[in-house]
Amino acid sequence: MSEYLAVLVFLGVGIGMVLFTFFLARLIRPAHPYKAKNQSYESAEKPIGDAWVQFNNRFYIFALMFVVFDVEAVFLFPWAVAFGQLGLYALIEMVIFIAVLLFGLLYAWKKGVLKWV
Amino acid sequence: MTATEFAIISSIKVVVVVLAVLTGCAYATWLERKLVGHFQHRIGPNLAGPFGLLQPIADAIKLIFKEDIVPDNAERVTYALAPILMFIPAMLNFAVVPFGDTVTLFGHKIDMVVSDLNIGILFVFAVTSLGVYGIVLAGWSSGSKYSLLGGIRSSAQMISYEVAYGLSIMGVLVIAQTFSLNELVAQQASVWHWFIFRQPVGFVIYVICAIAETNRSPFDLPEAESELVAGYHTEYSSMRFAMFYIGEYANMISVSCVATTLFLGGWQGPFLPPVVWFVIKVIFFMSVYIWIRATLPRLRYDQLMYLGWKVLFPLALLNVMVTSLIVLL
Amino acid sequence: MQTDTVQLVFYLFSFLIIISAIYVVTLKNIFHSAIFLVLTLFGVAGIYILLHAEFLAAVQVLIYVGAVSVLMIFAIMLTTRLASREIKQSNEQVMAGIFICAGFLLASLGSFANTVWRVVDKPLPENNTLTLGQLLMNEYVLPFEVVSIVLLAALIGAIVLARKEGA
Repeated sequence: MSEYLAVLVFLGVGIGMVLFTFFLARLIRPAHPYKAKNQSYESAEKPIGDAWVQFNNRFYIFALMFVVFDVEAVFLFPWAVAFGQLGLYALIEMVIFIAVLLFGLLYAWKKGVLKWV
Repeated sequence: MTATEFAIISSIKVVVVVLAVLTGCAYATWLERKLVGHFQHRIGPNLAGPFGLLQPIADAIKLIFKEDIVPDNAERVTYALAPILMFIPAMLNFAVVPFGDTVTLFGHKIDMVVSDLNIGILFVFAVTSLGVYGIVLAGWSSGSKYSLLGGIRSSAQMISYEVAYGLSIMGVLVIAQTFSLNELVAQQASVWHWFIFRQPVGFVIYVICAIAETNRSPFDLPEAESELVAGYHTEYSSMRFAMFYIGEYANMISVSCVATTLFLGGWQGPFLPPVVWFVIKVIFFMSVYIWIRATLPRLRYDQLMYLGWKVLFPLALLNVMVTSLIVLL
Repeated sequence: MQTDTVQLVFYLFSFLIIISAIYVVTLKNIFHSAIFLVLTLFGVAGIYILLHAEFLAAVQVLIYVGAVSVLMIFAIMLTTRLASREIKQSNEQVMAGIFICAGFLLASLGSFANTVWRVVDKPLPENNTLTLGQLLMNEYVLPFEVVSIVLLAALIGAIVLARKEGA
């Protein structure tokens, strides 16, 4: 348990570091903002329209596939560690598990979801 | 060891590691500029100090004196949060990496690791999966088209390679049957037991995915400067930009540290002290990183997705299956 | 680690969870709600560690914080209408929400009161991930295989829906 406390301390020191540098930089850097400088960048032109444009919904499918296969990977972790004590039976079980999900990947492949146009 | 002693030793370790990593980041930039310079028949930085060794310090001083520009249509709080979220996960990985063997100092046995978790490897992957937030928040809060496009491209790339990244080390886990990084190092005592020789395919997949995860060339599409200006950190300047920069290098070093621990035998090695071996191996891995950057052209986005989902992911799964079959026999 | 330190950390995490959860439901901007949801899920991982469920804590961060929340943020970012900052989330069914929440609270309080809390006097297994793997492969093999079917169904369903929309 105390090992995790050390991680917490590490997190605290890390955040402290960042905030300290930001604070230090704030003290010594200049600040002369004006309207044109604070415009968002668009190749030296005045920005046209809103920044929040519609995106390709493919990004969403990839995110969803990521969630599904990430869950699969998570199931593999305890399996990998326990594998030595389990033997052939466990291997077969895992092959079935992965085969079912690979079918999903194949389906996505065939439907052309994986193809980026 | 009493609780107070433990607290003091841990705090010292934390501070030492944080400072060492920051120095490492600074000199990683020097190493990269110097190496890329030589790859391109240039000299690289050579004016600030001998061999340009003071260049990182000069860069830091320059950046800290720069004006911090916040665009008017940026969302201030999220905008300020993003660089911190970029930097912290990159940093946190160093909390579990073992840098050397146990040493005795002033009558105390000190492990050269901030905390030896028994889920070490899982911790590394959990923390790595947080890296996407800095990028998403930066892209979203900047209020600029380039930032948003860069942010979403980058995050899609990171999550696409994250699965294969996690699966690439599964072969190692099947052989080693432990999550503890200390134990993984202990199992690689002789060179032939290094996992790079027992898991060559896993190692190659790991390296490719690691480069993609850290958004480095040839997978640096998020900041493809010819089309997206600078990607998700287009609008950032001054210390906030520096934080993204440090975060990128901290990520590179952390990936190199994990690769060293998992595949290159960690701190194990003859004659020299363990910490020196560890640093040598990390520098070697970093040099390979930079070498790849200097050699390969950038991938196209469809090639990137193709490689991630149709090549690396099935290959990593196959690698796990074959490895476990061999372990069984 | 001493018990009072553990308790302090517990209260710290609980505070984090509750505050960020309140923000999730009260903030007007849905993107900010999603970010506070990430914080809530992160706090839950902390609680898992205090319960010695280290594997679960790692999975909580890996799946919920690192994957599911990213999916949600993607969904928010990809829907133009929601992403523009002027659009606020509003809840027109506050009353129904209160009733459902109150019902859920009563149900959970009831089950808390009726559960016999067994205190384990044996030391916890050192490496509970190993035990988890063994259980998954022996005792809970059927649910384990069913999980893959569920995941497959989710994947195919998403592809079918998204393709119809895109075509």
